[in-house]
Amino acid sequence: MKTSREAGHTTTRFEVLVVGGGPAGMAAAARAAECGLRVGLVDDNFRLGGQIWRSQPDADSGAEASKWAERVFKAGVTVLYGLRVVDQPEAGILLAESSERFSELAYEKLVLATGARERFLPFPGWTLPNVMGAGGLQAIVKSGLPIDGKRVVVAGTGPLLLAVAAYLRSHGAQVPLVCEQATWGSLTRFGLALSRWPAKVIQGLQLRRDLTGTRFAANSWPLTAHGQQALESVTITRAGRTETIACDYLACGFHLVPNIELPRLLGCTATNGYVTVDDFQQTTIPSIFCAGEPTSIGGVELAIIEGQIAGLAVAGRAAEARLLFGKRERARRFARLLDRTFQLRSELSKLPSAETIICRCEDVLYSRLRKHTSWRAAKLHTRCGMGPCQGRVCGPATQFLFNWNPDSVRPPVFPARIETMAAVTGQLEPSAAK
Amino acid sequence: MLSQVTLTVNGTQIAVPPGATVAVAIMLAGQACRTSVSGEPRGPLCGMGICFECRVAIDGKAHCRSCQVLCEEGMQVSTE
Repeated sequence: MKTSREAGHTTTRFEVLVVGGGPAGMAAAARAAECGLRVGLVDDNFRLGGQIWRSQPDADSGAEASKWAERVFKAGVTVLYGLRVVDQPEAGILLAESSERFSELAYEKLVLATGARERFLPFPGWTLPNVMGAGGLQAIVKSGLPIDGKRVVVAGTGPLLLAVAAYLRSHGAQVPLVCEQATWGSLTRFGLALSRWPAKVIQGLQLRRDLTGTRFAANSWPLTAHGQQALESVTITRAGRTETIACDYLACGFHLVPNIELPRLLGCTATNGYVTVDDFQQTTIPSIFCAGEPTSIGGVELAIIEGQIAGLAVAGRAAEARLLFGKRERARRFARLLDRTFQLRSELSKLPSAETIICRCEDVLYSRLRKHTSWRAAKLHTRCGMGPCQGRVCGPATQFLFNWNPDSVRPPVFPARIETMAAVTGQLEPSAAK
Repeated sequence: MLSQVTLTVNGTQIAVPPGATVAVAIMLAGQACRTSVSGEPRGPLCGMGICFECRVAIDGKAHCRSCQVLCEEGMQVSTE
């Protein structure tokens, strides 16, 4: 399977390569490998499960997550941990790097299951330490941060907020308030529409029980985070009134944005921020398929169905894939309901003051950005989006604040070491670069 | 298996449970991960390796995303 090349890196060949080890990627890899194909699954993390099933599987997600992990291993998928795909030096070959080395991964068919990240919106004080994403704080707690006895305000929008609040409470945190920017009207319509997904109603009721004693406010969002060296309190607005709450952490995320940088780098067409796929999850590049959040933000259930369809499709099992189309349509209706319910209200675009930092990597202030008319002009004049996150945080923020469209994607899609990139240009021998 | 992993953050010893990430050790040490270009203290934001706010030097290697690295015995972390 491995062919040694020059010292320092290897090329590994797969019939099917899956990028992303979350629910969609695990399902795709398992189904394709069960059809007898030689499958590789590459992920940046140390474990399978992606962000949603990240480490310590809890009671709710544990069964489903370990079922798919078992299928992945039983089917003989080669799992490559701690490797991040940064470029495609030529068609059919991806370049990936770990903290120690880089490798080339060759594929005949590729399944992109790159997941989603939280959307962050800037407001005064949002750069203070201990103001974190909602999923961000949950991830840090899952990776060992004790939260027992800490006061956490959870804010933003989307179904993740309640899940995070319940998780933090179950680990001993006090959560005085959950601020949801959506209106009661749209939340009520969401609740009524949920009756079509009984399992989700049960999850919701369970969350409600776990959250007894936590106030939940709709029409509510953070205005300013206060503190000197770190967060001390947050001022929020709630039904037109402001309130300042002392807290240790503010867990704040505004739903999710799909990770479509790699699909776009590879030339896959995206429409309205989502990767375009056909019934079989095939992108506009015939050898490349895409599943899960990059095609629409629909959660675990939709991701698993799409992953399975992609895995079957790359194995040429069209008839079996078709059997899942009905389930997928049902799950997609839920994705559309999420979109409608948690649309961002326009007031949120007025939160930054002139001095609020919008681009956290380059510390670009709102006052400097608002003079520009496009993402490209802002980048060229202010360095907005040119730091190590490559616009992953400020890109979606400026899209919302100024209605700017992201630029074309250029390699590497993540900051990479010079040795890694030298392998692409061929101008530097990898062994000579130290 | 060790019941605690001990490492240093800017020279100060800190013990963390096995499996904790370097970001957690830095937060437990009460430190910011990095100083921004205009001089602000910054800590972890996304928790999943995309925002690069938690980057630090680990055993002399700069720009490591501390939320993506597990603590190891004797590791030397310096904030940026």
